[in-house]
Amino acid sequence: MSASAVKTKGAAFQPVAGASGEKLLEVRNLSKFFPVGSNETLKAVNDLTLSIGKGETLGVVGESGCGKSTAGRTIMRLYEPTSGETLFNGRNIYKMRGSELKTLRREMAMVFQDPYASLNPRFNIMDVIAEPLDIHGIAGSAKERRRKVEELLDLVGLRPEHAARYPHEFSGGQRQRVGIARALAANPKFIVCDEPISALDVSIQAQVVNLLQDLQKRLGLTYMFIAHDLSMVKHISDRVAVMYLGKMIELAESSELYANPKHPYTQALLSAIPIPDPLIEAQKERIVLSGDLPSPIHPPSGCPFRTRCPFATEKCAKEVPDFREVKDGHWAACHYA
Amino acid sequence: MDTILRVNDLHVSFRARGGEVQAVRGVNFEVKKGEAVAIVGESGSGKSVTAQSIMRLLPSPPSFVKQGSIEFMGRNLVDATEAEMEAIRGKEIGMIFQDPMTSLNPTMTIGHQITEGLIKHQGMNRSEARERALELLRLVGIPNPEARFGQYPHNFSGGMRQRAMIAIALSCNPALLIADEPTTALDVTIQAQIMQLMKDLQQKFGTSIILITHDLGVVADMCDKVIVMYGGQVVETGTKWDIFAKPQHPYTRGLLRSMPRLDLPKGEPLVPIDGTPPDLLAPPVGCAFCARCEHAMEVCLNHDPELVPVGENGQTAKCWLHHPLAKEVQA
Repeated sequence: MSASAVKTKGAAFQPVAGASGEKLLEVRNLSKFFPVGSNETLKAVNDLTLSIGKGETLGVVGESGCGKSTAGRTIMRLYEPTSGETLFNGRNIYKMRGSELKTLRREMAMVFQDPYASLNPRFNIMDVIAEPLDIHGIAGSAKERRRKVEELLDLVGLRPEHAARYPHEFSGGQRQRVGIARALAANPKFIVCDEPISALDVSIQAQVVNLLQDLQKRLGLTYMFIAHDLSMVKHISDRVAVMYLGKMIELAESSELYANPKHPYTQALLSAIPIPDPLIEAQKERIVLSGDLPSPIHPPSGCPFRTRCPFATEKCAKEVPDFREVKDGHWAACHYA
Repeated sequence: MDTILRVNDLHVSFRARGGEVQAVRGVNFEVKKGEAVAIVGESGSGKSVTAQSIMRLLPSPPSFVKQGSIEFMGRNLVDATEAEMEAIRGKEIGMIFQDPMTSLNPTMTIGHQITEGLIKHQGMNRSEARERALELLRLVGIPNPEARFGQYPHNFSGGMRQRAMIAIALSCNPALLIADEPTTALDVTIQAQIMQLMKDLQQKFGTSIILITHDLGVVADMCDKVIVMYGGQVVETGTKWDIFAKPQHPYTRGLLRSMPRLDLPKGEPLVPIDGTPPDLLAPPVGCAFCARCEHAMEVCLNHDPELVPVGENGQTAKCWLHHPLAKEVQA
């Protein structure tokens, strides 16, 4: 895709802000390509434009390989983008250097999927949680450091005596609480939660989700909540973005998206989820998509979903559908939405 | 209906450095011909250990069957020799595992892996086995089976690998298929495909299925009977209609309440089950769920309840609340 094409498309697209109206984060035409093999590129995130309001939770859903994690990491500048920009409080984060960048690192944090792999096994919990404090020079003295860590442990529902223990002494749910405490240590405004509950048992998931929601209320946090569990995303998000093969294909208020999905992929995705109620399951007409996800290295021409779409026409192979507002605040990238 | 599998008072433990981990502590259930039974539970509830004990796949040591029997079509699998088990595995009981990448052999072609069982158990020659394998690949919905036959697992996507696994598991027309979290590693649209496939095949061949899962949605879609496990024990059994409509054990109720529902309007906060599952190195003397139960009474702490009938359609629950002297509790 040429740079000019990206620009004109982006200019026509003015995404709605979150519920509160004031934007914390604006992503404009963000792309992240990875080189693979000989002269081929994997377009992990392709021309993503969205905004997140202060205090909002934006859910991002999609199947593995759709680019949702890459999007989250690029927005945090864990990856440098191929093109596009992300404005955080109006400043382009990819242009930040030195002390400005270091301040940004305090304001953005991440909660990772695997609570077993994301905590250093050789650090005790005190050091795991205090690492951001040390890096940013937040805790002045050893006493202050201990006080801060105990405060954070209390905030996430753990006890002060846990500080001396090591990650292997905790269950998955407790480790995820430690991960959240660490993310909160430097007092961030924005947290990317990348599949924070998918490694946890069902009865523990609700504990962690309730904790995240409670913290959001108390601390005024803004979340980007990346997950493949659509029921949980519906529960926690104000708005939801659906991604497919690196592209955002639908974006709407959470209840609107689930009640009234416009894109055939979103419709199939929602219908694929089994509901824990046999009565509903017995009556349900499930849309079963044929085939697998195409390779993101060689995505289909035109609409990326057309190879599995039950309604695809010739037009879909020729023209890339615009991401347009099909209804108030409800955006979709489909010719026929 | 005939019962093809009956598990009686099964106890399975593992010897560990800290002592004996009692992973399965007195499990009873049966599977009838053509029935799909779900075993539901969290990690550490003993559901996979139960399934692997049926197949005798657990390495011993450290694992050992402490007590109980597993009767499969009249034979007790607990006492079966390794040679007898070899004749049963793959032939009479097929198994599908959670992760199709690690459970297929990466150095063997898919065709080779399907024909292996056919040649060994059905006495087919190479070309007969190949014909049957192609038929199976077609049956599980793998396009272009002739080309796929000679390919390796790494050439297959996750969903395709799971289809190949199903083809292998069904190759010898087993009477019982054990599926251990068959769709957990897959995306939802692929999960829908695999579930549809398993339902179709079950209807076609009348295979009995034991489905092990933590996803209650999958259970509601696929199974007839549900067994809920917690802390190495069965805490509730019943038809899927009863389990979802009127769960009787506080754990089952808690599990259903802690999940957000896609079909209901949002807004209600989730009701988590507080606490964590019991440590099976030193399992509680009383009810295993007692420490997390909102209805826990003194009796629960010191006395383990029995699995008692609680409904008309054979529903059972292991909870003191169903004792005739217990007070009424509003669900």
